[in-house]
Amino acid sequence: MKAWFAQHLAALRDALRRLTAAPLNTLLSLLVVGVALTLPTAGWLALENLRQLTSDTPGVQQISIFLSLEAGKREVSEIESRLKEARVGNWRFVPRDEALKRLQASEGMAEIIASLPRNPLPDAFVITPADPQPESLEHLAKVFAGWPKVAHVQLDSEWVKRFDALLRLGRLVVMLLGALFAGALVTITFNTIRLQILAQAAEIEVARLVGATDTYVRRPLHYFGMLQGALGGLCAALLVTGGFQLLIPPVSELTRLYGASFTLQSLSPGDVARLAAIGGALGWLGARISVMMHLRRLT
Amino acid sequence: MITANEVTKRYPEGREALKGVSFEITAGEMVFLTGHSGAGKSTLFKLLAAIERPTSGSIVINGQNLAALRRNAIPYLRRKLGLIFQDRKLLFDRNVLDNVLLPLAIAGHPAKEAQRRAQAALAKVGLHDRERTLPIALSGGEQQRLAIARAVVNRPAIILADEPTANLDAASAIEILEIFRAFQQVGVTVLIVTHDPLCPPGMRPRVLRLAHGQMTEQPPCPSADGVVP
Repeated sequence: MKAWFAQHLAALRDALRRLTAAPLNTLLSLLVVGVALTLPTAGWLALENLRQLTSDTPGVQQISIFLSLEAGKREVSEIESRLKEARVGNWRFVPRDEALKRLQASEGMAEIIASLPRNPLPDAFVITPADPQPESLEHLAKVFAGWPKVAHVQLDSEWVKRFDALLRLGRLVVMLLGALFAGALVTITFNTIRLQILAQAAEIEVARLVGATDTYVRRPLHYFGMLQGALGGLCAALLVTGGFQLLIPPVSELTRLYGASFTLQSLSPGDVARLAAIGGALGWLGARISVMMHLRRLT
Repeated sequence: MITANEVTKRYPEGREALKGVSFEITAGEMVFLTGHSGAGKSTLFKLLAAIERPTSGSIVINGQNLAALRRNAIPYLRRKLGLIFQDRKLLFDRNVLDNVLLPLAIAGHPAKEAQRRAQAALAKVGLHDRERTLPIALSGGEQQRLAIARAVVNRPAIILADEPTANLDAASAIEILEIFRAFQQVGVTVLIVTHDPLCPPGMRPRVLRLAHGQMTEQPPCPSADGVVP
Protein backbone atom coordinates (compact mmCIF):
# COMPACT_ATOMS: atom_id res chain seq x y z
CA MET A 1 0.00 0.00 0.00
CA LYS A 2 2.82 2.34 0.94
CA ALA A 3 4.71 1.51 -2.29
CA TRP A 4 1.50 2.02 -4.30
CA PHE A 5 0.99 5.42 -2.72
CA ALA A 6 4.64 6.34 -3.28
CA GLN A 7 4.37 5.41 -6.96
CA HIS A 8 1.26 7.57 -7.37
CA LEU A 9 3.07 10.44 -5.65
CA ALA A 10 6.05 9.95 -7.94
CA ALA A 11 3.75 9.93 -10.99
CA LEU A 12 2.09 13.13 -9.78
CA ARG A 13 5.50 14.74 -9.30
CA ASP A 14 6.53 13.58 -12.77
CA ALA A 15 3.34 15.07 -14.26
CA LEU A 16 4.02 18.37 -12.47
CA ARG A 17 7.60 18.30 -13.74
CA ARG A 18 6.31 17.86 -17.29
CA LEU A 19 3.81 20.68 -16.83
CA THR A 20 6.43 23.09 -15.55
CA ALA A 21 9.11 22.01 -18.03
CA ALA A 22 7.53 24.13 -20.78
CA PRO A 23 5.69 26.94 -18.93
CA LEU A 24 4.58 28.86 -22.03
CA ASN A 25 3.12 25.76 -23.70
CA THR A 26 1.42 24.82 -20.45
CA LEU A 27 -0.02 28.31 -20.01
CA LEU A 28 -1.40 28.32 -23.54
CA SER A 29 -2.92 24.86 -23.09
CA LEU A 30 -4.50 25.93 -19.79
CA LEU A 31 -5.95 29.02 -21.44
CA VAL A 32 -7.45 26.95 -24.25
CA VAL A 33 -8.95 24.49 -21.75
CA GLY A 34 -10.08 27.42 -19.58
CA VAL A 35 -11.84 29.17 -22.46
CA ALA A 36 -13.49 25.89 -23.49
CA LEU A 37 -14.94 25.56 -19.99
CA THR A 38 -15.70 29.27 -19.58
CA LEU A 39 -18.52 29.50 -22.13
CA PRO A 40 -20.80 26.75 -20.75
CA THR A 41 -19.98 27.80 -17.18
CA ALA A 42 -20.86 31.43 -17.87
CA GLY A 43 -24.07 30.32 -19.58
CA TRP A 44 -25.04 28.12 -16.65
CA LEU A 45 -24.27 30.88 -14.16
CA ALA A 46 -26.29 33.42 -16.17
CA LEU A 47 -29.29 31.05 -16.17
CA GLU A 48 -28.96 30.46 -12.43
CA ASN A 49 -28.93 34.21 -11.85
CA LEU A 50 -31.94 34.67 -14.09
CA ARG A 51 -33.81 31.98 -12.19
CA GLN A 52 -32.83 33.60 -8.91
CA LEU A 53 -33.83 37.03 -10.18
CA THR A 54 -37.30 35.89 -11.21
CA SER A 55 -37.91 33.94 -8.02
CA ASP A 56 -36.90 37.02 -5.99
CA THR A 57 -38.96 39.46 -8.03
CA PRO A 58 -42.46 40.15 -6.63
CA GLY A 59 -45.27 38.93 -8.84
CA VAL A 60 -43.29 36.28 -10.60
CA GLN A 61 -44.28 32.73 -9.66
CA GLN A 62 -46.70 34.16 -7.12
CA ILE A 63 -50.48 33.91 -6.97
CA SER A 64 -52.59 36.81 -5.71
CA ILE A 65 -56.08 36.17 -4.33
CA PHE A 66 -58.31 39.23 -4.29
CA LEU A 67 -61.40 38.97 -2.12
CA SER A 68 -64.67 40.65 -2.97
CA LEU A 69 -65.18 44.10 -1.44
CA GLU A 70 -67.92 42.88 0.87
CA ALA A 71 -65.70 40.13 2.38
CA GLY A 72 -65.32 40.59 6.12
CA LYS A 73 -63.02 39.29 8.86
CA ARG A 74 -64.85 35.96 8.97
CA GLU A 75 -64.20 35.31 5.26
CA VAL A 76 -60.56 36.36 5.63
CA SER A 77 -60.16 33.87 8.51
CA GLU A 78 -61.72 31.13 6.45
CA ILE A 79 -59.35 31.74 3.55
CA GLU A 80 -56.45 31.71 6.04
CA SER A 81 -57.64 28.36 7.41
CA ARG A 82 -57.94 26.91 3.93
CA LEU A 83 -54.44 28.10 2.99
CA LYS A 84 -53.06 26.53 6.17
CA GLU A 85 -54.79 23.27 5.40
CA ALA A 86 -53.72 23.24 1.77
CA ARG A 87 -50.02 23.77 2.72
CA VAL A 88 -49.38 25.51 -0.56
CA GLY A 89 -46.22 27.31 0.49
CA ASN A 90 -45.68 30.74 1.98
CA TRP A 91 -48.47 33.26 2.00
CA ARG A 92 -49.11 36.74 3.29
CA PHE A 93 -52.34 38.64 3.95
CA VAL A 94 -52.43 42.19 2.53
CA PRO A 95 -55.31 44.17 4.09
CA ARG A 96 -57.04 46.65 1.81
CA ASP A 97 -55.82 49.65 3.90
CA GLU A 98 -52.21 48.56 3.56
CA ALA A 99 -52.67 48.10 -0.19
CA LEU A 100 -54.07 51.64 -0.42
CA LYS A 101 -51.14 53.06 1.52
CA ARG A 102 -48.71 51.34 -0.83
CA LEU A 103 -50.52 52.67 -3.84
CA GLN A 104 -50.47 56.15 -2.40
CA ALA A 105 -46.75 55.90 -1.93
CA SER A 106 -46.29 55.21 -5.62
CA GLU A 107 -45.16 58.18 -7.62
CA GLY A 108 -48.06 60.24 -9.05
CA MET A 109 -50.75 58.13 -7.39
CA ALA A 110 -51.30 60.14 -4.20
CA GLU A 111 -53.54 62.78 -5.84
CA ILE A 112 -55.57 60.23 -7.75
CA ILE A 113 -56.18 58.15 -4.62
CA ALA A 114 -57.11 61.25 -2.63
CA SER A 115 -59.76 62.11 -5.20
CA LEU A 116 -61.50 58.76 -4.74
CA PRO A 117 -64.56 58.72 -2.47
CA ARG A 118 -63.57 55.46 -0.78
CA ASN A 119 -60.88 52.72 -0.81
CA PRO A 120 -61.51 50.76 -4.00
CA LEU A 121 -58.98 48.03 -3.17
CA PRO A 122 -59.99 44.63 -1.76
CA ASP A 123 -58.26 42.52 0.88
CA ALA A 124 -55.78 40.18 -0.74
CA PHE A 125 -53.53 37.19 -0.13
CA VAL A 126 -50.17 36.84 -1.84
CA ILE A 127 -49.03 33.21 -2.10
CA THR A 128 -45.58 31.99 -3.02
CA PRO A 129 -46.20 28.32 -3.84
CA ALA A 130 -43.72 25.68 -2.79
CA ASP A 131 -43.90 24.14 -6.26
CA PRO A 132 -43.14 26.83 -8.86
CA GLN A 133 -43.93 24.63 -11.90
CA PRO A 134 -46.39 26.42 -14.24
CA GLU A 135 -48.80 23.45 -14.23
CA SER A 136 -48.89 23.41 -10.45
CA LEU A 137 -49.42 27.18 -10.27
CA GLU A 138 -52.34 26.95 -12.70
CA HIS A 139 -53.92 24.15 -10.70
CA LEU A 140 -53.65 26.17 -7.48
CA ALA A 141 -55.13 29.25 -9.16
CA LYS A 142 -58.16 27.18 -10.23
CA VAL A 143 -58.59 25.83 -6.69
CA PHE A 144 -58.35 29.31 -5.15
CA ALA A 145 -60.86 30.70 -7.63
CA GLY A 146 -63.45 28.22 -6.32
CA TRP A 147 -63.20 29.42 -2.71
CA PRO A 148 -65.97 31.61 -1.28
CA LYS A 149 -65.71 35.42 -1.51
CA VAL A 150 -62.77 35.18 -3.88
CA ALA A 151 -63.36 37.79 -6.55
CA HIS A 152 -60.24 37.30 -8.62
CA VAL A 153 -57.14 35.12 -8.71
CA GLN A 154 -54.18 36.62 -10.47
CA LEU A 155 -51.51 34.48 -12.00
CA ASP A 156 -49.66 35.50 -15.09
CA SER A 157 -49.44 31.90 -16.15
CA GLU A 158 -48.59 32.69 -19.75
CA TRP A 159 -45.64 34.74 -18.61
CA VAL A 160 -44.53 32.02 -16.21
CA LYS A 161 -44.91 29.40 -18.93
CA ARG A 162 -42.94 31.44 -21.41
CA PHE A 163 -40.24 32.14 -18.89
CA ASP A 164 -40.06 28.50 -17.89
CA ALA A 165 -39.82 27.45 -21.54
CA LEU A 166 -37.10 30.03 -22.04
CA LEU A 167 -35.19 28.71 -19.03
CA ARG A 168 -35.51 25.13 -20.32
CA LEU A 169 -34.28 26.20 -23.73
CA GLY A 170 -31.42 28.03 -22.08
CA ARG A 171 -30.51 24.96 -20.05
CA LEU A 172 -30.58 22.83 -23.20
CA VAL A 173 -28.33 25.27 -25.03
CA VAL A 174 -25.94 25.32 -22.08
CA MET A 175 -25.94 21.51 -21.96
CA LEU A 176 -25.23 21.29 -25.69
CA LEU A 177 -22.50 23.89 -25.35
CA GLY A 178 -21.15 21.97 -22.37
CA ALA A 179 -21.08 18.72 -24.32
CA LEU A 180 -19.44 20.44 -27.28
CA PHE A 181 -16.75 22.07 -25.18
CA ALA A 182 -16.27 18.92 -23.11
CA GLY A 183 -15.51 17.17 -26.39
CA ALA A 184 -13.11 19.99 -27.24
CA LEU A 185 -11.37 19.61 -23.88
CA VAL A 186 -11.01 15.86 -24.35
CA THR A 187 -9.59 16.48 -27.83
CA ILE A 188 -7.15 19.12 -26.59
CA THR A 189 -5.88 16.78 -23.87
CA PHE A 190 -5.76 13.88 -26.32
CA ASN A 191 -3.48 15.89 -28.57
CA THR A 192 -1.31 17.23 -25.73
CA ILE A 193 -0.74 13.71 -24.46
CA ARG A 194 -0.01 12.46 -27.98
CA LEU A 195 2.72 15.10 -28.24
CA GLN A 196 4.01 14.16 -24.79
CA ILE A 197 4.25 10.53 -25.80
CA LEU A 198 6.05 11.39 -29.03
CA ALA A 199 8.45 13.70 -27.20
CA GLN A 200 9.17 11.09 -24.56
CA ALA A 201 9.20 8.00 -26.74
CA ALA A 202 12.86 7.36 -25.88
CA GLU A 203 12.23 7.70 -22.15
CA ILE A 204 9.20 5.41 -22.34
CA GLU A 205 11.22 2.83 -24.27
CA VAL A 206 14.05 2.90 -21.72
CA ALA A 207 11.61 2.68 -18.83
CA ARG A 208 9.98 -0.38 -20.37
CA LEU A 209 13.35 -2.01 -20.98
CA VAL A 210 14.34 -1.63 -17.34
CA GLY A 211 11.09 -3.12 -16.06
CA ALA A 212 8.34 -0.50 -16.23
CA THR A 213 4.84 -1.90 -16.48
CA ASP A 214 2.25 -0.32 -18.78
CA THR A 215 0.57 1.11 -15.68
CA TYR A 216 3.82 2.76 -14.60
CA VAL A 217 4.22 4.38 -18.02
CA ARG A 218 0.56 5.44 -18.25
CA ARG A 219 0.17 6.85 -14.75
CA PRO A 220 2.10 10.16 -15.11
CA LEU A 221 0.36 10.80 -18.43
CA HIS A 222 -3.04 10.28 -16.82
CA TYR A 223 -2.05 12.64 -14.02
CA PHE A 224 -0.81 15.13 -16.62
CA GLY A 225 -4.18 15.13 -18.40
CA MET A 226 -6.06 15.34 -15.11
CA LEU A 227 -3.92 18.22 -13.81
CA GLN A 228 -4.19 20.10 -17.08
CA GLY A 229 -7.98 19.70 -17.03
CA ALA A 230 -8.30 20.67 -13.36
CA LEU A 231 -6.05 23.71 -13.74
CA GLY A 232 -7.98 24.61 -16.89
CA GLY A 233 -11.15 24.40 -14.80
CA LEU A 234 -9.64 26.80 -12.26
CA CYS A 235 -8.61 29.06 -15.12
CA ALA A 236 -12.24 29.02 -16.35
CA ALA A 237 -13.44 29.82 -12.82
CA LEU A 238 -11.07 32.78 -12.77
CA LEU A 239 -12.31 34.04 -16.14
CA VAL A 240 -15.99 33.62 -15.22
CA THR A 241 -15.54 35.23 -11.79
CA GLY A 242 -13.62 38.13 -13.35
CA GLY A 243 -16.31 38.64 -15.97
CA PHE A 244 -19.14 38.53 -13.43
CA GLN A 245 -17.33 40.92 -11.11
CA LEU A 246 -17.35 43.41 -13.96
CA LEU A 247 -21.08 42.84 -14.49
CA ILE A 248 -22.20 43.10 -10.85
CA PRO A 249 -22.38 46.95 -10.55
CA PRO A 250 -24.29 47.62 -13.82
CA VAL A 251 -26.72 44.72 -13.20
CA SER A 252 -27.40 45.90 -9.64
CA GLU A 253 -27.99 49.42 -10.94
CA LEU A 254 -30.34 48.15 -13.64
CA THR A 255 -32.43 46.05 -11.27
CA ARG A 256 -32.55 48.94 -8.81
CA LEU A 257 -34.02 51.16 -11.55
CA TYR A 258 -36.76 48.54 -11.97
CA GLY A 259 -37.51 48.72 -8.29
CA ALA A 260 -35.92 45.42 -7.35
CA SER A 261 -32.90 44.58 -5.29
CA PHE A 262 -30.67 42.01 -6.93
CA THR A 263 -26.96 41.22 -6.84
CA LEU A 264 -25.46 39.01 -9.50
CA GLN A 265 -24.16 35.81 -7.92
CA SER A 266 -20.75 34.58 -9.04
CA LEU A 267 -19.29 31.10 -8.57
CA SER A 268 -19.28 29.72 -5.04
CA PRO A 269 -16.20 27.82 -3.73
CA GLY A 270 -18.22 24.63 -4.27
CA ASP A 271 -18.85 25.59 -7.90
CA VAL A 272 -15.12 26.26 -8.40
CA ALA A 273 -14.28 22.85 -6.92
CA ARG A 274 -16.90 21.18 -9.15
CA LEU A 275 -15.53 22.98 -12.21
CA ALA A 276 -11.98 21.84 -11.41
CA ALA A 277 -13.24 18.30 -10.83
CA ILE A 278 -15.13 18.26 -14.15
CA GLY A 279 -12.06 19.65 -15.94
CA GLY A 280 -9.88 17.05 -14.23
CA ALA A 281 -12.21 14.19 -15.15
CA LEU A 282 -12.42 15.29 -18.79
CA GLY A 283 -8.64 15.76 -18.93
CA TRP A 284 -8.14 12.29 -17.48
CA LEU A 285 -10.52 10.86 -20.10
CA GLY A 286 -8.66 12.58 -22.96
CA ALA A 287 -5.34 11.36 -21.56
CA ARG A 288 -6.62 7.82 -21.12
CA ILE A 289 -7.88 7.56 -24.72
CA SER A 290 -4.67 9.09 -26.07
CA VAL A 291 -2.43 6.84 -23.99
CA MET A 292 -4.44 3.78 -25.00
CA MET A 293 -4.07 4.61 -28.69
CA HIS A 294 -0.53 5.91 -28.85
CA LEU A 295 1.34 3.75 -26.34
CA ARG A 296 0.17 0.67 -28.22
CA ARG A 297 1.99 2.00 -31.29
CA LEU A 298 5.21 2.32 -29.29
CA THR A 299 5.00 -1.28 -28.08
CA MET B 1 20.08 -20.65 -15.07
CA ILE B 2 19.67 -19.91 -18.82
CA THR B 3 18.59 -22.74 -21.09
CA ALA B 4 17.76 -22.36 -24.75
CA ASN B 5 16.29 -25.37 -26.50
CA GLU B 6 15.87 -25.55 -30.30
CA VAL B 7 15.14 -21.83 -30.49
CA THR B 8 14.02 -20.57 -33.86
CA LYS B 9 13.18 -17.01 -34.79
CA ARG B 10 11.54 -16.26 -38.10
CA TYR B 11 10.57 -12.67 -38.94
CA PRO B 12 7.30 -11.88 -40.75
CA GLU B 13 9.12 -11.16 -44.01
CA GLY B 14 10.39 -14.76 -43.94
CA ARG B 15 13.98 -14.25 -42.82
CA GLU B 16 15.08 -16.90 -40.34
CA ALA B 17 17.48 -15.25 -37.87
CA LEU B 18 17.90 -18.26 -35.56
CA LYS B 19 17.64 -21.91 -36.58
CA GLY B 20 17.27 -24.37 -33.76
CA VAL B 21 19.73 -22.79 -31.33
CA SER B 22 20.37 -24.65 -28.08
CA PHE B 23 22.74 -23.85 -25.21
CA GLU B 24 22.93 -23.75 -21.47
CA ILE B 25 24.58 -21.23 -19.19
CA THR B 26 25.02 -22.12 -15.55
CA ALA B 27 24.74 -19.75 -12.60
CA GLY B 28 27.79 -17.55 -12.04
CA GLU B 29 29.24 -18.29 -15.46
CA MET B 30 30.64 -15.64 -17.83
CA VAL B 31 29.91 -16.31 -21.49
CA PHE B 32 30.74 -14.47 -24.68
CA LEU B 33 28.22 -14.85 -27.51
CA THR B 34 30.11 -14.10 -30.71
CA GLY B 35 29.57 -14.17 -34.45
CA HIS B 36 29.73 -11.95 -37.49
CA SER B 37 27.17 -9.28 -38.35
CA GLY B 38 23.86 -10.92 -39.22
CA ALA B 39 24.75 -14.14 -37.40
CA GLY B 40 21.75 -13.73 -35.08
CA LYS B 41 23.49 -12.43 -31.93
CA SER B 42 21.28 -9.40 -31.46
CA THR B 43 18.17 -11.46 -32.19
CA LEU B 44 19.19 -13.92 -29.48
CA PHE B 45 19.84 -10.99 -27.11
CA LYS B 46 16.33 -9.63 -27.82
CA LEU B 47 14.82 -13.06 -27.15
CA LEU B 48 16.72 -13.37 -23.86
CA ALA B 49 15.61 -9.86 -22.83
CA ALA B 50 12.00 -10.73 -23.74
CA ILE B 51 11.94 -7.92 -26.29
CA GLU B 52 10.88 -10.47 -28.89
CA ARG B 53 9.47 -13.97 -28.66
CA PRO B 54 10.88 -17.09 -30.31
CA THR B 55 8.94 -18.56 -33.22
CA SER B 56 9.52 -22.00 -31.76
CA GLY B 57 11.59 -23.64 -29.05
CA SER B 58 11.99 -22.52 -25.47
CA ILE B 59 14.17 -20.17 -23.47
CA VAL B 60 14.10 -20.73 -19.74
CA ILE B 61 15.61 -18.14 -17.41
CA ASN B 62 15.56 -18.92 -13.70
CA GLY B 63 12.79 -21.43 -14.29
CA GLN B 64 10.62 -19.07 -16.35
CA ASN B 65 9.89 -20.08 -19.94
CA LEU B 66 9.99 -16.82 -21.89
CA ALA B 67 8.00 -18.26 -24.79
CA ALA B 68 5.05 -18.83 -22.47
CA LEU B 69 5.47 -15.64 -20.43
CA ARG B 70 2.38 -13.43 -20.28
CA ARG B 71 2.88 -9.89 -21.60
CA ASN B 72 2.22 -8.29 -18.23
CA ALA B 73 4.83 -10.55 -16.57
CA ILE B 74 7.65 -9.32 -18.81
CA PRO B 75 8.42 -6.12 -16.84
CA TYR B 76 8.89 -8.17 -13.66
CA LEU B 77 11.29 -10.53 -15.48
CA ARG B 78 13.28 -7.55 -16.79
CA ARG B 79 13.68 -6.21 -13.26
CA LYS B 80 15.58 -9.39 -12.47
CA LEU B 81 17.87 -9.00 -15.47
CA GLY B 82 20.62 -6.44 -15.92
CA LEU B 83 20.24 -5.33 -19.52
CA ILE B 84 22.94 -3.34 -21.31
CA PHE B 85 22.24 -2.21 -24.84
CA GLN B 86 24.55 -1.53 -27.72
CA ASP B 87 23.29 2.08 -27.99
CA ARG B 88 23.27 2.30 -24.14
CA LYS B 89 19.77 3.83 -24.06
CA LEU B 90 20.62 6.51 -21.52
CA LEU B 91 18.31 9.41 -20.76
CA PHE B 92 20.30 12.41 -21.86
CA ASP B 93 18.04 14.97 -20.20
CA ARG B 94 18.63 13.40 -16.78
CA ASN B 95 21.83 13.39 -14.82
CA VAL B 96 23.92 10.31 -14.05
CA LEU B 97 22.26 9.65 -10.69
CA ASP B 98 18.74 10.00 -12.07
CA ASN B 99 19.55 7.52 -14.84
CA VAL B 100 20.59 4.96 -12.26
CA LEU B 101 17.61 5.77 -10.02
CA LEU B 102 15.13 4.97 -12.81
CA PRO B 103 14.99 1.15 -12.39
CA LEU B 104 14.73 1.57 -8.62
CA ALA B 105 11.85 4.04 -8.94
CA ILE B 106 10.12 1.63 -11.31
CA ALA B 107 10.60 -1.22 -8.86
CA GLY B 108 9.06 0.97 -6.15
CA HIS B 109 12.04 1.30 -3.80
CA PRO B 110 11.76 4.01 -1.14
CA ALA B 111 13.60 7.19 -2.12
CA LYS B 112 16.31 6.99 0.55
CA GLU B 113 17.14 3.36 -0.12
CA ALA B 114 17.10 4.01 -3.87
CA GLN B 115 19.52 6.89 -3.45
CA ARG B 116 21.88 4.74 -1.38
CA ARG B 117 21.77 1.85 -3.85
CA ALA B 118 22.23 4.11 -6.89
CA GLN B 119 25.28 5.73 -5.29
CA ALA B 120 26.70 2.31 -4.46
CA ALA B 121 26.20 1.15 -8.07
CA LEU B 122 27.91 4.28 -9.37
CA ALA B 123 30.80 3.69 -6.98
CA LYS B 124 31.20 0.15 -8.33
CA VAL B 125 31.70 1.45 -11.86
CA GLY B 126 33.83 4.43 -10.75
CA LEU B 127 31.31 7.16 -11.47
CA HIS B 128 30.58 8.18 -7.87
CA ASP B 129 32.02 11.65 -8.48
CA ARG B 130 29.88 12.28 -11.59
CA GLU B 131 26.40 11.99 -10.05
CA ARG B 132 25.18 15.42 -11.18
CA THR B 133 26.77 15.25 -14.63
CA LEU B 134 24.60 14.87 -17.70
CA PRO B 135 25.44 11.76 -19.76
CA ILE B 136 26.31 13.91 -22.78
CA ALA B 137 29.32 15.22 -20.82
CA LEU B 138 30.67 11.67 -20.28
CA SER B 139 33.11 9.85 -22.54
CA GLY B 140 32.01 6.71 -24.41
CA GLY B 141 33.57 4.47 -21.78
CA GLU B 142 31.95 6.42 -18.96
CA GLN B 143 28.58 6.24 -20.66
CA GLN B 144 28.99 2.49 -20.92
CA ARG B 145 29.87 2.32 -17.22
CA LEU B 146 26.76 4.36 -16.47
CA ALA B 147 24.70 1.86 -18.48
CA ILE B 148 26.27 -0.94 -16.41
CA ALA B 149 25.48 0.88 -13.15
CA ARG B 150 21.85 1.23 -14.21
CA ALA B 151 21.76 -2.47 -15.19
CA VAL B 152 23.15 -3.72 -11.88
CA VAL B 153 21.42 -1.34 -9.49
CA ASN B 154 18.53 -3.79 -8.99
CA ARG B 155 21.11 -6.48 -8.07
CA PRO B 156 20.23 -8.84 -10.91
CA ALA B 157 21.35 -12.46 -10.94
CA ILE B 158 21.95 -12.24 -14.69
CA ILE B 159 23.57 -9.51 -16.76
CA LEU B 160 22.92 -9.49 -20.51
CA ALA B 161 25.11 -7.05 -22.43
CA ASP B 162 24.80 -6.35 -26.15
CA GLU B 163 28.12 -5.18 -27.66
CA PRO B 164 29.20 -3.35 -24.49
CA THR B 165 32.68 -2.67 -25.82
CA ALA B 166 31.69 -1.55 -29.32
CA ASN B 167 33.11 1.86 -30.30
CA LEU B 168 35.43 1.90 -27.29
CA ASP B 169 39.21 2.04 -27.42
CA ALA B 170 41.08 -1.05 -26.19
CA ALA B 171 41.82 0.41 -22.73
CA SER B 172 38.18 1.41 -22.13
CA ALA B 173 36.98 -1.96 -23.44
CA ILE B 174 39.21 -3.80 -20.98
CA GLU B 175 37.97 -1.57 -18.14
CA ILE B 176 34.40 -2.48 -19.03
CA LEU B 177 35.20 -6.20 -19.20
CA GLU B 178 36.95 -5.97 -15.83
CA ILE B 179 33.78 -4.54 -14.34
CA PHE B 180 31.81 -7.50 -15.72
CA ARG B 181 34.39 -9.89 -14.30
CA ALA B 182 33.99 -8.27 -10.88
CA PHE B 183 30.27 -8.99 -11.00
CA GLN B 184 30.85 -12.54 -12.19
CA GLN B 185 33.22 -13.13 -9.30
CA VAL B 186 30.43 -12.40 -6.84
CA GLY B 187 28.16 -14.95 -8.49
CA VAL B 188 26.38 -12.96 -11.18
CA THR B 189 25.85 -14.74 -14.49
CA VAL B 190 27.18 -12.59 -17.34
CA LEU B 191 26.38 -13.04 -21.03
CA ILE B 192 28.17 -10.63 -23.32
CA VAL B 193 27.15 -10.42 -26.94
CA THR B 194 30.12 -9.26 -28.97
CA HIS B 195 31.46 -9.49 -32.48
CA ASP B 196 35.00 -8.99 -31.16
CA PRO B 197 35.72 -11.35 -28.25
CA LEU B 198 38.84 -9.98 -26.59
CA CYS B 199 39.71 -11.21 -23.14
CA PRO B 200 41.67 -9.18 -20.65
CA PRO B 201 44.59 -11.06 -19.08
CA GLY B 202 43.37 -13.71 -16.66
CA MET B 203 39.79 -13.76 -18.00
CA ARG B 204 38.75 -17.05 -19.58
CA PRO B 205 35.05 -16.92 -20.39
CA ARG B 206 33.24 -19.63 -22.30
CA VAL B 207 32.51 -18.63 -25.89
CA LEU B 208 29.34 -19.45 -27.82
CA ARG B 209 29.59 -18.80 -31.53
CA LEU B 210 26.69 -18.11 -33.86
CA ALA B 211 26.97 -18.35 -37.64
CA HIS B 212 24.01 -17.93 -39.99
CA GLY B 213 21.59 -18.40 -37.10
CA GLN B 214 23.11 -21.64 -35.83
CA MET B 215 25.50 -22.52 -33.02
CA THR B 216 28.87 -23.61 -34.33
CA GLU B 217 32.11 -24.75 -32.74
CA GLN B 218 33.09 -22.96 -29.57
CA PRO B 219 36.60 -21.49 -29.90
CA PRO B 220 38.49 -20.26 -26.87
CA CYS B 221 38.59 -16.55 -26.15
CA PRO B 222 41.67 -14.74 -27.51
CA SER B 223 43.46 -12.60 -24.94
CA ALA B 224 43.75 -8.84 -25.26
CA ASP B 225 47.24 -9.20 -26.70
CA GLY B 226 45.89 -11.48 -29.45
CA VAL B 227 47.29 -14.72 -28.03
CA VAL B 228 44.88 -17.63 -28.08
CA PRO B 229 45.50 -19.66 -24.94
